[in-house]
Amino acid sequence: MSARVGVRLSPTPRMERIKTLLRTERLPHMWCPGCGLGILLKVFAEAVLESGIDPDKHVVVSGIGCTGRIAGYLRLDGYHVLHGRPIPFAVGLKTSRPDLEVTVISGDGDLLTIGGNHFIHAIRRNDDINVILVNNFNYGMTGGQYGATTPPGSRTLTSPYGHIEGAFNVPYLAAALGANFVARWTVLHERELKKAILEMFKVDGFALIEVISPCIIYGDMNSIPPLEMMKKFKENCVIDHDADLSKADLDPTGEKPIILGNFVRRERPSYQTLYSRIIEKARGGRRG
Amino acid sequence: MAVSVNGGLIKPGVYFMRGNEAAVEGALIAGCRFFAGYPITPSNEISARMSRRLPEVGGYFIQMEDEIASIMAVIGAAVGGVKSMTATSGPGFSLMQEAIGLAAMIEAPIVVIDVQRGGPSTGLPTLVGQGDIMQAQWGSHGDYSVIAYLPNSPQEMFNLTIEAFNSAWKYRVPVIVLADQTVGQMIEKVVVPPLEEIEIFDRIKPDVPPEEYKPYDKRYLIPPMAVAGEGYRVHMTGLTHDERGYPTTRHEVSQWLVRRLVEKVQANEREIAKWEEYETEDAKLVVVAFGITSRSAKRAVREARNRGLKVGLYRPITAWPFPYWRLEELVSKGAKVLVVEINMGQMVHVVREYVGKENVEHMPWAPGAVPPPEVILDRILEVYPQ
Ligand SMILES: Cc1ncc(C[n+]2csc(CCOP(=O)(O)OP(=O)(O)O)c2C)c(N)n1
Ligand SMILES: [Mg+2]
Repeated sequence: MSARVGVRLSPTPRMERIKTLLRTERLPHMWCPGCGLGILLKVFAEAVLESGIDPDKHVVVSGIGCTGRIAGYLRLDGYHVLHGRPIPFAVGLKTSRPDLEVTVISGDGDLLTIGGNHFIHAIRRNDDINVILVNNFNYGMTGGQYGATTPPGSRTLTSPYGHIEGAFNVPYLAAALGANFVARWTVLHERELKKAILEMFKVDGFALIEVISPCIIYGDMNSIPPLEMMKKFKENCVIDHDADLSKADLDPTGEKPIILGNFVRRERPSYQTLYSRIIEKARGGRRG
Repeated sequence: MAVSVNGGLIKPGVYFMRGNEAAVEGALIAGCRFFAGYPITPSNEISARMSRRLPEVGGYFIQMEDEIASIMAVIGAAVGGVKSMTATSGPGFSLMQEAIGLAAMIEAPIVVIDVQRGGPSTGLPTLVGQGDIMQAQWGSHGDYSVIAYLPNSPQEMFNLTIEAFNSAWKYRVPVIVLADQTVGQMIEKVVVPPLEEIEIFDRIKPDVPPEEYKPYDKRYLIPPMAVAGEGYRVHMTGLTHDERGYPTTRHEVSQWLVRRLVEKVQANEREIAKWEEYETEDAKLVVVAFGITSRSAKRAVREARNRGLKVGLYRPITAWPFPYWRLEELVSKGAKVLVVEINMGQMVHVVREYVGKENVEHMPWAPGAVPPPEVILDRILEVYPQ
């Protein structure tokens, strides 16, 4: 049998286009075959190119986890910080450097479990940052334990008898907290995802995209082979921008459709915008 | 605000000021333009004054949801090239430890003012303690170095906060101002010198174009620092990384990196460390005391001198690096040492390491009060070599 698997050596035109934004010397990446993170990396790089914002001004901040490794593959100013803490790091950077376009890309466990407190407060404060939250329903990096987005009933490394806790419904939570932009896409909706990222860059205030991404560890433990999982994400979804978010909870192990869309657009001024007015007031019109 | 301003900065002159507030004015002069913090006694005067003063100088204040968020925001600002700090006390300082390790690892220059209170746990929120000496250097996992200053007056809160910023940006390490409740909250004379007499150290910028730049260039003990948005496209990670900033598990890289993180301060300890001596030249007994305790100890030393005893005071102004060489010298000339501190024994271990256990006596003191001069004097009389 001739080997049909392997790495294609000549990059596709799409890859060629984003090459300047990748640390190609670090490839191949460390993600498992069947993981959705490579697609997100590509789509995000394309969005940066198309954003009209100088790539030198784009900054990516990641926490710890498989998703957290994204910052290290992008040839942008990138910071791979502590587990659960990319949001406050990004808040400090953006607040003190309003000229930067700061995007957090991190995992569900990172942003919602250990980092849940920062998540809710950054939305409440309306910090002017972009957050791409990759939901793969578990802690991928540490071997597949359950976290705050693991659907009830799932089997994971630490819920071998089935998960008995509830899961966060991310868009519902973010919308209730007052986020200015809330969207959900899967990595298989590349075009829609890229558009959402481009829109997110324009938002003044907290913008969130939940990106649903297959994790083969989670799939394995719930007897969903990688391809079937992808098919599910592609076929078992409903795009509804006006969806009732209270019903947008997810269960990739069951038949419930996955609700996708750009759900929330608000124009609450960000902390950073309001703070610039405080500076003006305190300086009484003085400059320099 | 009662201060006159000068481009937003405090005007040179003589002030009557609280230690915590003097630290804020020092920080602003040093170039601090970002503060993130979470309320905690006895440091609250720092965030209160920062919230009012920072916008006046065009800087940014934010109150975060906890101390972990505060220090992460401070590190975020630092990698953007903005001088930044937070202030806290024991419980908050404990929460910050993981992030202090991150700052050390990515070599982000940050300043933390820890106004020490009584511990452990919630302890004595409004009363003095000196129990964070060890935590300041060893609080995070793994090996790294910090610089920690020990002010004993509002004037030193001002001076040493400026120095803390200079050291942080010069050596790219976390710098702690280890104040204590009494020094932080007491009101005393503070002299603000003409601004042009104050030395300010700014970031060492890269001198090569982005294509040639390596964030942790092996040619340097302290590499020049590119910041976000300058086109250098840096990658920084808390993972063990090579000179490009890329993660690696290679042991020789770990050797190079971790040794350097420690050596940055070690190799410069004589330049960084500071201390003050009082009547030590002929001393048969040298009292080692720092922060507010040093002021009580000085009184006791003076009293001992009045009684004809050859007693001196050695006051470390940096806990880390510890100024050990001069103390070694005094002991080699025959002096014994008595360490007085508001804890059950922290700096005493450092002193013993350098001058030998047999030469060191200790006076532990529980948090909540400064040891009175007469109690220190009693201990001096007890241990004074006959
Ligand atoms: C303070 C701390 N606790 C635990 C860990 C171990 N840890 C590393 S990655 C991770 C989970 C990551 O899960 P998630 O954020 O969902 O990212 P994924 O790997 O699924 O993309 C954990 C718990 C850590 N690095 N730091
Ligand atoms: Mg995950």
